[in-house]
Amino acid sequence: MTLDNSNREAPALSIRRSNTSPLLTLTGSVVLVVFLTIAPWIVPSEWASVLLNFFILVIMATMWNLLAGYAGMVSIGQQAFIGLGSYATLYFALKGVNPFLTIPLATIVCAILAIPITFLLLRLRGGYFSIATWVVSDTALLIIGAIAYFGGGTGKLMPGLQDLSPSQTAHYTYLATWLVALIVVIGTYVLLRSRLGLVLASIRDNEVAARSAGVNVQSARRLIFIVAAAGCGAAGAVLAVSQPFIQPSSVFNIQWSAEMIFVSMIGGLGTIEGPIIGSIIFFALQQSLQQYGVWYLVIFGSLAVVIALWQPRGLWGAFRDRFHTELLPVGYRISHPTMDQVPRGLARSSWQSRFARKKDAP
Amino acid sequence: MIWLNVVIQGVLVGGFYALFACGLSLMFGVLKVINLAHGDMAVVAAYVAVFLTPHLHIAEIWSLLVVVPLFALVGYVLQRTLIQKSIDRDPFTTLLVTFGLSVVIENLLLEIYTANAQTVNVGAIGYESWHPGSIFYISYVSLGVLVAAVAVLAILQLFLSHTGTGRLVRAVADDREAAQLSGANYRHIFGIAAAIAFATVALAGIAYGMQTQFAPTSGGVNLLFAFEAVVIGGIGSLWGTLVGGIALGMAQVFGAHFNPEYQRLAGDVLFLLVLAVRPQGLFGKKTSLS
Repeated sequence: MTLDNSNREAPALSIRRSNTSPLLTLTGSVVLVVFLTIAPWIVPSEWASVLLNFFILVIMATMWNLLAGYAGMVSIGQQAFIGLGSYATLYFALKGVNPFLTIPLATIVCAILAIPITFLLLRLRGGYFSIATWVVSDTALLIIGAIAYFGGGTGKLMPGLQDLSPSQTAHYTYLATWLVALIVVIGTYVLLRSRLGLVLASIRDNEVAARSAGVNVQSARRLIFIVAAAGCGAAGAVLAVSQPFIQPSSVFNIQWSAEMIFVSMIGGLGTIEGPIIGSIIFFALQQSLQQYGVWYLVIFGSLAVVIALWQPRGLWGAFRDRFHTELLPVGYRISHPTMDQVPRGLARSSWQSRFARKKDAP
Repeated sequence: MIWLNVVIQGVLVGGFYALFACGLSLMFGVLKVINLAHGDMAVVAAYVAVFLTPHLHIAEIWSLLVVVPLFALVGYVLQRTLIQKSIDRDPFTTLLVTFGLSVVIENLLLEIYTANAQTVNVGAIGYESWHPGSIFYISYVSLGVLVAAVAVLAILQLFLSHTGTGRLVRAVADDREAAQLSGANYRHIFGIAAAIAFATVALAGIAYGMQTQFAPTSGGVNLLFAFEAVVIGGIGSLWGTLVGGIALGMAQVFGAHFNPEYQRLAGDVLFLLVLAVRPQGLFGKKTSLS
């Protein structure tokens, strides 16, 4: 009898991924993908080159967000893999491979190089980890800069692109970059909706509880580090193809880390949309302030500090909490037919609960 | 004789790294904050020294009498505002906020003072050195910096172990909650630790400017060396930082002996080796500061 009673009183809950129509989201995505694919033929070429740099930043920021926003690893040395990706591309191109075909090869090389690095870095936590990533990138820069085959510190021109006409090169580079960005964003989305996404969410919310429930924290982190290395390697590879002169000091520049960190923080850590929104804001600022030197970096950095302190879920996080909407949902929402609003508890992002908890601490 | 030279130059460079790193070590030991803007703060101090002294009509070297207390004040204020606010959030946030500050400072310096290299002018003594043997020399400025580093470390050590405030700093570093229960205002203690850290970083920045040229972007690589010195020596150990700095300096001089390009690489390799073999550093004790 008691069972019957509880059954009668229990509200009919439905559990869904999203509270927007999937069909609407899909239609919107298809329109956007088609537009961005044909963009180099319909928008001015300088716009196409801004879009290309935007895609590179989206790739990097999405990877950094995966590292820091989902797996809690604050890397300030991801430029190691950007540089290694660029130089792997250069290496294969010097061996005579078509530069565009070297992009997947460079990605694989970076993933493989990341494996031994994880054994050194993943023993470290928090700030130690950050410093060590930076030292790893400095070491990579110095080793690559000492190799005469790659032109040492002065760098080398990417071979194999000179046979194509300038407009052909621009179109192919654009399409390659766009394709990589699309794969990275969709891949991240799929990854986070998988079992691994659930594992990451459990680690982020409570690592001790996750461990005691049988989650292998170390191997989840290792996998994410390798994926992020591969993604940044791909970004480095398209970077190498798009600006054909490759120099260690520019591809291994810590500026890349600064950009991906700020973009993720401003857009919203721990969301897929965040880094994309952050990248849009970054390029809007950079383009509108381009005659004022590096002031855009001063403004962007200050904005990132302000957001980290007062709006730690970033702009997208704030927007999502206000309007209960997600474009690329990776969690679940519980809705109740008699309630218009989504109950907060379970739909709340872990970032929110994490910071809500931390705020109360003295 | 070559080995003697490696040791001597390594010790001299190491003294500078220790001076640069002791503020970082203190911030890390007490506040548990890794200040990624530490290197840029040193560069700011050097710029202030160079561009302020013409207004004060004093020799550039004496600018440290003004810049060091000024930075102590800046450190206290910055700690009680931005840094404390980020500590209240998360260790993760402190990393992001100090990294943001670092990029903002670097680019502000670029806009204000351009990318041109500057030096802190110390007069003719800057070029002079002592030649005790035929093949090695000791620059007076480097020797002065080493002496200053040892003096700063000794004063810090005395302060931490023999004064009431120093004991409070150690108490807060060891167990913040327990110190709080005993009536310590940990925010104020954190402010004092940050003030000391910023005073030493100002000294380190001016010392750097006296030894070599600096530009807005010089902070990064020095921060890297300071981190390496702290981690090699062991987090939270002040004299360990000196030993770590000297070990790093010797590795770099040794690397540069074979090829100037290997100078930084040798230091990085030593750091990664220490991380792999002894992650707590040579003198690492996780909790205590002295």
